[in-house]
Amino acid sequence: MALKPLKLDVRPLIAREVYVLAAGFVLASAAHLLRMPNWLGGLVVATVLLRIYLAARDQPLPGKWLLALVAFGTAAGILLEYRTLLGREAGVSLLVVMLSLKLLEGRSQRDGILLATLGFFLLVTNFLYSQTILTGLYMLGCAWLLIVALVTLQFTVRWPGWKIPALRAGALLVQALPLMLVLFLLFPRIQGPLWGLPHDAYAGLTGLSDNMSPGSLNSLIQSDAVAFRAEFRGRIPEAPALYWRGPVLWDYDGQTWTAPRFVFNVNEMPETAGPTIEYTVTVEPHNKRWLFALEMPVMRPPSSFLTRDMQLLSTTPVRSRMRYDMSSRLLPAYGADDTEVMLQRALQLPKGYNPRTLQLAAELRRRHSDDRRLVDEVLQTFRNENYVYTLSPPLLGQHAVDEFLFDTRRGFCEHYSSAFTFLMRAAGIPARVVTGYQGGQINPVGEYVLIRQADAHAWAEVWFQDSGWVRVDPTAAVSPARVERGIASALPSTDPLPIFVRGNFAALQSLRLTWDSITYSWNQWVLGYSPERQRRFLSSLGFDDATWQKLAVLLVVGAGLALLIGATLVLRDLRAVRGDAARALYDRFCRRLARLGLRAGAAEGPLAFAERAAGLRPELAAWLRAVTGQYVAIRYGGDRSVLALRELKRRIKEK
Amino acid sequence: MNHHDINAVAGQINNIILGKQQQIRLALACLLARGHLLIEDLPGVGKTTLAHAIATALGLRFQRVQFTSDLLPADILGVSVYNRDSARFEFHPGPVFTNVVLADEVNRATPRAQSALLEAMEENQVTTEGETRPLPQPFFVIATQNPSHQIGTFPLPESQLDRFLMRIELGYPDSAAERALLSGTDRRTLLGELKARLAGDDLLQLQRAVTAVRAEPALLDYVQALLRHTRVSPDFSHGLSPRAGLSLLQAARAWAYMDGRDHVVPEDVQAVLPAVVSHRLTASGGENVSSASPAALLLQVAIP
Repeated sequence: MALKPLKLDVRPLIAREVYVLAAGFVLASAAHLLRMPNWLGGLVVATVLLRIYLAARDQPLPGKWLLALVAFGTAAGILLEYRTLLGREAGVSLLVVMLSLKLLEGRSQRDGILLATLGFFLLVTNFLYSQTILTGLYMLGCAWLLIVALVTLQFTVRWPGWKIPALRAGALLVQALPLMLVLFLLFPRIQGPLWGLPHDAYAGLTGLSDNMSPGSLNSLIQSDAVAFRAEFRGRIPEAPALYWRGPVLWDYDGQTWTAPRFVFNVNEMPETAGPTIEYTVTVEPHNKRWLFALEMPVMRPPSSFLTRDMQLLSTTPVRSRMRYDMSSRLLPAYGADDTEVMLQRALQLPKGYNPRTLQLAAELRRRHSDDRRLVDEVLQTFRNENYVYTLSPPLLGQHAVDEFLFDTRRGFCEHYSSAFTFLMRAAGIPARVVTGYQGGQINPVGEYVLIRQADAHAWAEVWFQDSGWVRVDPTAAVSPARVERGIASALPSTDPLPIFVRGNFAALQSLRLTWDSITYSWNQWVLGYSPERQRRFLSSLGFDDATWQKLAVLLVVGAGLALLIGATLVLRDLRAVRGDAARALYDRFCRRLARLGLRAGAAEGPLAFAERAAGLRPELAAWLRAVTGQYVAIRYGGDRSVLALRELKRRIKEK
Repeated sequence: MNHHDINAVAGQINNIILGKQQQIRLALACLLARGHLLIEDLPGVGKTTLAHAIATALGLRFQRVQFTSDLLPADILGVSVYNRDSARFEFHPGPVFTNVVLADEVNRATPRAQSALLEAMEENQVTTEGETRPLPQPFFVIATQNPSHQIGTFPLPESQLDRFLMRIELGYPDSAAERALLSGTDRRTLLGELKARLAGDDLLQLQRAVTAVRAEPALLDYVQALLRHTRVSPDFSHGLSPRAGLSLLQAARAWAYMDGRDHVVPEDVQAVLPAVVSHRLTASGGENVSSASPAALLLQVAIP
């Protein structure tokens, strides 16, 4: 049915269209609005409300000059607020504000279509902040609403009510599904973002850091954010064996333990015997270079290296979710051949701190010439005397270790590991603090271990002449439950802990675990669909060694197929109307005539066209009449026989 | 009986009313499609002559009723008069009991009188004094309206207009036809000399043959597209009714038959459409009155 061509630039927007555009815009920018400074968010909301009011009252829109002034003023405000117009925060704010002003300015249907299309761009910016399933669903909802707006804008004549555009937008989304799948699976994957995310995109990522000062782990333990997940091939080791090694801290200044800036790499993996534990780690982005592995790693993932103190470091900060295969071996000790320089570093103490501890160390040394005996005695002391494991220890002053060991005796892993390491060094035993995660929650739904930030832990390593570095966890001496049953069971119930870590609510807990399992699959299969995975998927299809050229061909073919599927769905109804074979032949005949300069009008009957064309090209008259006559006999005369169709083909081929 | 006869009739009438081939064909198609015809035109352009010629050439009886403001239904339908000899009321049939009725200036009569005729047209029967009497078959009404003098008239309401299958305008003859008219013989004489080409049930046979003309799904698609367009386009205040659709198809069948085809092609629909729909469509009065014309309608709807 030939409707009149749409006059895009003249038809004004009507109230209904303004409402749906405003709704789509607000929904797509809602998450941004909450993040933006109040004055900006308020401005955007006020602009949208003003536009809705003007549309409802059918009032004239504000003038161009006023809008230009507001636009420039806001841009200046954003510049003042963020000190830039680029970057994630400022850029997104600018986009949101300018779109709201565009909404205020939009008069015509053309503006409306532009706005809805820009809305899709706004939608994408949400993924700069979050890529979870919920965000995906939320964006799907936004996309649907924007399509509803686009469909609504197409109704020039008779408004059928909201149901029709709503359903049609849904149908469009469904029709886009095959193409979406093909593009997702086949579009060449590039590791990391294609154009580099704005520099401020990684602010606010939590995780272990390269230093440990009083309270730094404490804040981490309050967080139930996921640190990483580990999927074991084979049996999951017992909880006390699950020491996930992270930053190793060597240097102490009296307050803060820090990791050295530079550590030697291990060029070849330590040769050890015994069974290995095989597993796959999926680490959440934390913007640092540490990768986590069970003590001790015996291999390294691609583009990472292992340091002499057994830190697994990625070559670049982990800024997107990373997945790697690992194997570890539960070693009793390692690194007996460490150099004198390294051992000296593991003995350094800041001058003028903790005199009482130095005294205690000297006394211990006097009693025990054997290092192991000395260590045992210290652990005995922790175990037997009145030391308390708590997340809310009293504040410590300048001589932190002294005050902790002799006065307060209340603390958690960072206090114990710090004090123990200090004591060891004071006694002349090389020691260092190791931070990382301990334990984790076994998710029975997805059969993997879930390690949250709350599982952060700090322990110590001491060096013995005969064996090398040995792990000593003074916290385990104080509170064995911390290591055996997790942090929640080790703490008095009055201590603040994230509700999900404590896990008192069984139903909530299992819901949470199910949800985490879904998230894990989403991460693995959707967000984690890396070049490597794509290559594996393609080779499972029989395309080994897929170059980008092959990928491009495959993509075109796949997209073509997907479009074909979509088109068949769409055109099925259409074909029923215009579809018989005679019509197809006749259409081809008409196209041939069009190349001869004889164009049939859409509203011109075939016989009338044949006569007109015969008048223009008398030499073709007989052919034109013969073909058209046969076509009309089939299509309107009801001659459905195969012979008639064959005759039509024959007549068309006569010329 | 075949389409040659009806074309011969058209030829005969063409000799009497000059330069109006298209309108004569439409009028005959209207008759073949069992519809009634409304002619809207000025006096003296040959409306009566056309009606008379059609009746004569087809061998039908012809009656003319001049509609005036004091015309009563009984003047059209007939009246029962008491007969002394038989001591009974006897029905004296009115002028409507014939094959072709020319209702001249139908808009001059009161709605009461108009509806008497219009009901007869619709029902093909007349009910007076509790008795129903069938009208002769075929029954064909040609009504005329004078569009220029609307004072003291009762224009037919839209619902009544819908009962006419077609509305045509005769218009002035072109100069060649006018010269032939002026130099030729008197029309009345010619009319008197006109021979009936058909007789008896011939016309009924033709009408049945028209009903048998096939309309394939492809053509019905086109008719529906046309109807749909009038219903969704903002140019028209009302779309065409289903009855209008049926009329359009029937008229197109008659036109196809007169062309010697046993099936309807889109050109048939296009040929009859202006006459069939022009009195049923009202422009919505938008800025674009020209796009509300039947001709524009045809241009806007693609043939599926």
